[in-house]
Amino acid sequence: MSFDHLSTAQRKTAQRIVFLNVASALSLIFFALMQKVNDPVTYSFVLGDEWAFIKEWKLGSKTGSTNFSLAAIVLSLSALWMYVKRQSAKVLISIASAALFMSFLNWASAGDFVPFTGLLQGGLVLSVPLIFGALAGVVCERSGVINIAIEGQLLAGAFGAGVAASLTKNIWVGLAVAPIAGALISLILATFAIKYAIDQVILGFVINVLVIGLTTFATQRALTTNPTVWNSAPIFSPIPIPILSKIPLIGPIFFNHTIIIYTLYLLVAVIQVALFKSKWGLRMRSVGEMPVAAESVGIDVNKVRFRNVLIAGAIAGYGGAFFTIGSVGSFSREMTAGMGFIALAALIFGRWTPLGAVAAALVFGFADNLRSVLSISGTPIPSEFMMMVPYIATIIAVSGFVGKVRAPAADGIAYKRGGGSH
Amino acid sequence: MLKKMLRKSVMPFLAFVLALIIGGIVIGVTDSRVNSQISHPIKFIKALLSTVGNAYLSLFQGAIYDPNLAEGKGFIHGFYPFSETLLAASPLILCGLAVAVAFKSGLFNIGAQGQFIFGAIGASYIGFKYNLPVGIHILVAIAAAIILAGLWGGIAGLLKAKTGAHEVIVTIMLNYIAARFILWILGQTAFRRPGRIDPLAPPVKESSRLPLLFGSEYRVNLGFLIAIAVSILVYFILNRTTLGFRFRAVGANATAARTAGISVGSSTIAAMVFSGALAGLGGAIHVLGNQFELTTDVAGSFGFDAITVALLGRGNPVGVVLAAILFAALRVGGVTMQANVQVPVEIVLVIQALVVLFIAAPGLVAKIFRVRSYEKSSTIVSKGWNG
Repeated sequence: MSFDHLSTAQRKTAQRIVFLNVASALSLIFFALMQKVNDPVTYSFVLGDEWAFIKEWKLGSKTGSTNFSLAAIVLSLSALWMYVKRQSAKVLISIASAALFMSFLNWASAGDFVPFTGLLQGGLVLSVPLIFGALAGVVCERSGVINIAIEGQLLAGAFGAGVAASLTKNIWVGLAVAPIAGALISLILATFAIKYAIDQVILGFVINVLVIGLTTFATQRALTTNPTVWNSAPIFSPIPIPILSKIPLIGPIFFNHTIIIYTLYLLVAVIQVALFKSKWGLRMRSVGEMPVAAESVGIDVNKVRFRNVLIAGAIAGYGGAFFTIGSVGSFSREMTAGMGFIALAALIFGRWTPLGAVAAALVFGFADNLRSVLSISGTPIPSEFMMMVPYIATIIAVSGFVGKVRAPAADGIAYKRGGGSH
Repeated sequence: MLKKMLRKSVMPFLAFVLALIIGGIVIGVTDSRVNSQISHPIKFIKALLSTVGNAYLSLFQGAIYDPNLAEGKGFIHGFYPFSETLLAASPLILCGLAVAVAFKSGLFNIGAQGQFIFGAIGASYIGFKYNLPVGIHILVAIAAAIILAGLWGGIAGLLKAKTGAHEVIVTIMLNYIAARFILWILGQTAFRRPGRIDPLAPPVKESSRLPLLFGSEYRVNLGFLIAIAVSILVYFILNRTTLGFRFRAVGANATAARTAGISVGSSTIAAMVFSGALAGLGGAIHVLGNQFELTTDVAGSFGFDAITVALLGRGNPVGVVLAAILFAALRVGGVTMQANVQVPVEIVLVIQALVVLFIAAPGLVAKIFRVRSYEKSSTIVSKGWNG
């Protein structure tokens, strides 16, 4: 099929619809027709004390997958029809994707119990540090400084929050220290990247090693030898939002969380709006895309960059608090476990936009939770391969198989006053 | 010549000294015995110096020479720790070379870790699965490692050449995929040790193990000589062959190289395959000369340390060998230090990171030590995601 006469956005939609049709047809073959058994799958929809109208739902693994696949085929064909008619097919595309996913889930959990609401809620929780990290990446890289050090910033935030809350026995002190710890790591990044013009990829990499070294050293030296003083931080308890948290499905998924997650909702909104509608955002984008032009209208490029790198560190550091005072309380060595790099992947996958990065982080977090839920119930797909999904998706994204992914033009290039790069 | 070499090594040396000083401060101020003296400045300084001195002395004894081991057995036995350092340095040299070759070609290969894993998988499989004559068995196992790791490294090169995908992002992701892959493959029956349910491959056969260099008392083996020989080979390839010239030309200025008729794409692919093969060879000699069995953690942190090694060695084979021995010494000595004076070995990571940071910013080190003339050339220039 030739898409040459179409715009990039149209071409992307067309490709997506064609892909959906093919995938739906394949899902009918693999998940439905080729399935030999028809074991019952039990979906549970109630997590806590929310209002419930459906508690459980039982489906045959073969019958269910057949129905979902057929629905996906009908929906994706209708999407194609809408597209040909030049009408928006967005809603149809999302519903078709959901049906496709359900067909897979139904196939993968034959004979099992699926905690549906818990699956979605857990996915959101797992994506929290990813979203914070990815937003830190957005602010940093949109300003023109590559942030490979997200991992280090998250880890520093987790450590700072845990230790500070532990020492003072005050959880709010921990929450206040976390962004400071992240910003301190960013201070190293900003100083060496902007002042000494070191290659930012190398720099970020080295900073991660430094933070892992320092936090693990401190953990071995103090946190494990005297845990009651150093490593017994209190934990935030979830605050259910009145009424909203009672809504079936939506309530437990979104409105029964700790303050860290509520701050996250706010932060996503603020960054999305500020990046595209405020003076701060405009300056950020201008120094990230074309610093020469920015300087010519009187913007101090390196000052803007310096400040935004610090803000990015504070965002990631705050998100790091989620690991300690936001969930388990105590700090353990390298507890971010590569999440900073998945956040980087989400940033790239989301094409350096806040909402895109958030969506990608949600998908990655959800995929991770799906993996752990399915690995308990036992699935036909090895859990190691499920774990590869974010990484493979990112490679596919940067290779341009799903449209061109382009970083901010001046991302990673140090700027020297008067229009030159180093 | 000598003067030039001295001039070149001044900044790395000063960077190392500065990193040791900062590492010492971290060790000192986190020590409870030192902190208890905080009210007496002179006692505090004394306690600080003795604590740090003991820590570094213990590190030296664990990495280079330990007179206690020489006692009653002869001077030479005191060098046992150094033989352990060389053992640890061997795969690190090869991984460092992998990163260095990529640097010279203008590529930043963060993927040595994943390439090492595939090398280890290949060498291990040939090592435990087949019965082959001594010598040939080693060669076949190494060849398998090189091919697998070369292909794995080549993925990043191919994607960079054909689609422009940034090699840093791709190799980071490939590392994670390789780490999951080894978890998976160790769960498969083909890689499972009979009678065991944990992820552990059977031990490699005697015929595939690398011969020891100094008798059964020391574990250092042929792998070290292989690493040295390969670094000479890499030096030769980079500086004396057309292939090496292409790598360096593309690395120095891709646009100019293209104008001169060099195919940038194929040079990129070749460099990444070469780089991956070197890291894979590192994995092979680690399995065949040190571990003898494949575990989920076989790669340790070789692939990541390799990056710091290549940066400290400024991308030159000679520098890489020296840097790898230095970092291996820190790692090996760090374990002894932790056991003897209870200073956590992770301080080595801090020192390592600081060394590289200071190397990368010669301006800062020069300012601190008031050095006026120094080598300003950076190892790799800042290019950005789209470059």
